[in-house]
Amino acid sequence: MTNDHAVEARGLVKHFKTTKAVDGVDLVVPTGTVLGLLGPNGAGKTTTVRMLATLLRPDAGTARVMGHDVVAEADAVRRIVGLTGQFASVDEDLTGEENLRLIARLYGFSGAQARSRTAELLEAFELAEAGGRQVKTYSGGMRRRIDLAASMVISPSVLFLDEPTTGLDPRSRGQVWEIVRLLVADGTTVLLTTQYLDEADQLAHRICVIDHGKVIAEGTPAQLKRSVGTGALSLRVEDPVDRATAAEVVARVLGTPVELSGDVASLAARIPDDDDAPQRAAALLPELQAAGVRVAEFSLGQPSLDEVFLALTGQRTAEETEQEEVAS
Amino acid sequence: MTTHHPVTDAVSASREVNPLVKALSLEARPQRPGPVATSLAFAHRALLKIKHVPEQLFDVTLTPIIFTLMFTYLFGGAIAGSTQQYLQYLLPGILVQTVLITTVYTGFTLNTDITKGVFDRFRSLPIWRPAPIAGALLGDTVRYVIASAVTVTLGLILGYRPGGGVLGVLAGIGLLVVFAFALSWAFTILGLVMRTPNAVMGTSMMVLMPLTFASNIFVDPSTMPRWLQTWVDINPVSHLVTAVRGTMGGTVTASQLLWVLVAAASLTAVFAPITMAIYRRRS
Repeated sequence: MTNDHAVEARGLVKHFKTTKAVDGVDLVVPTGTVLGLLGPNGAGKTTTVRMLATLLRPDAGTARVMGHDVVAEADAVRRIVGLTGQFASVDEDLTGEENLRLIARLYGFSGAQARSRTAELLEAFELAEAGGRQVKTYSGGMRRRIDLAASMVISPSVLFLDEPTTGLDPRSRGQVWEIVRLLVADGTTVLLTTQYLDEADQLAHRICVIDHGKVIAEGTPAQLKRSVGTGALSLRVEDPVDRATAAEVVARVLGTPVELSGDVASLAARIPDDDDAPQRAAALLPELQAAGVRVAEFSLGQPSLDEVFLALTGQRTAEETEQEEVAS
Repeated sequence: MTTHHPVTDAVSASREVNPLVKALSLEARPQRPGPVATSLAFAHRALLKIKHVPEQLFDVTLTPIIFTLMFTYLFGGAIAGSTQQYLQYLLPGILVQTVLITTVYTGFTLNTDITKGVFDRFRSLPIWRPAPIAGALLGDTVRYVIASAVTVTLGLILGYRPGGGVLGVLAGIGLLVVFAFALSWAFTILGLVMRTPNAVMGTSMMVLMPLTFASNIFVDPSTMPRWLQTWVDINPVSHLVTAVRGTMGGTVTASQLLWVLVAAASLTAVFAPITMAIYRRRS
């Protein structure tokens, strides 16, 4: 059990005064994989990670990181984990370089070692030029990179990332994703919390959906999405006259009912759950062209977290058994 | 996970060339540093903060200047007959007040660290637990020394002539810094339990104002009503002022010195463990 599972939590509970922030969470992260903890604000994601990272003491339940108990062997856990998030930040008044050097010194690097390790990290995170500036002057993306670099001063075996891309522009978001992928390729186990399904989808091997302090679904991204539906197609034709023809083609190719929206030139359809549905959706464009329909807009949307959520929470009371199947 | 993951497979191709990968695959785990080295690293951080945010020294330096000028020239003649005579009495007191008010920043800074998440970064590191607080307190003593230097320099310019000479002044400042270090453990408690940095500031000032004003800093208590005299006599700030005044004036007694040292030791003995208990249980 010890090293197959980098992180293993059983029945974690944490109360804050009257609210149950975390209410019996079970989690397993196999070594070398990424687990995405997906849920809306206030679902208990951050509280869960704080307990795993030894910052909060659980009211009940146990958790082990690389075999070390997070309460009884907190120091051993701290030695091997890295932490990045809203709650584990760097000092804005100091420069990026000073921040990293401080952390390197705290890990026990000598002055010269700390300097060279800092230079190496600044270089790697593309912050070499900004290293001498106060962190408060950094852009959102730079800020996230220095936070990441701060948790990489020693190469951690397990990295906790709490909403690593919330509030970032798409480019910075891509950079953070790239860093996470490199880490994982290098063997680091990652537990990441996010509010975005696409982020979990991009990075995670498995996803746990959490709401009101409870895990309400668990599975691979594909399993999870299948439980909700693959997504939606939305289409707009150039000439409203063609809409009826387009609707007919979409209904035939996708095999799902078509919804005619308020706009006279638009329609929408749900993409069915079967495996070749994406291929059929892609084949729509030539089919529409063959039918003489000029398409103005064509987009395929993934189910949003809202949709996954609605679907999962909607099922929760009625079809608990089905959910357990997804979980297993 | 036995299945291939598209993400990791794509990345492994570019592994060798990437400086990030090289930086991330550090095998070395240096030896955990001891309590002293760890605390000094945090003290260094406090100094870096003074370097980067010199504004925080403004009130440390401006307050004593304003107070000294105001009290000396506005009230000095009325209180002591002449401004020069009053300055001899006032300056050590102003020095004490200045440094004691500076201790509030310890709690303020600590609370700022907590609200900004810096503190949790430190708490997630495998370090000697009290180090972030002990180190910050050590760093703050530099602030106390700066505030003292400004006050004493201004006093000398205005005509303050300490009877204890250079050594007396240095010893007085030393005594004060020791006491302030001990007292700041009380403010770290506020820093840990209050919700915002400004609340820490406000509450600390509410405690310090009556302590410093209802003391022998500004006037000789023999002119005060009896009930107030009783309070001034038990006010620890009065004892501190008496000892600092005596040390700088060259007339200090062993019991005065002993009082301050015992008080500092007691403050630390009481408040440091409380601070650390709250710090550990902050969860």
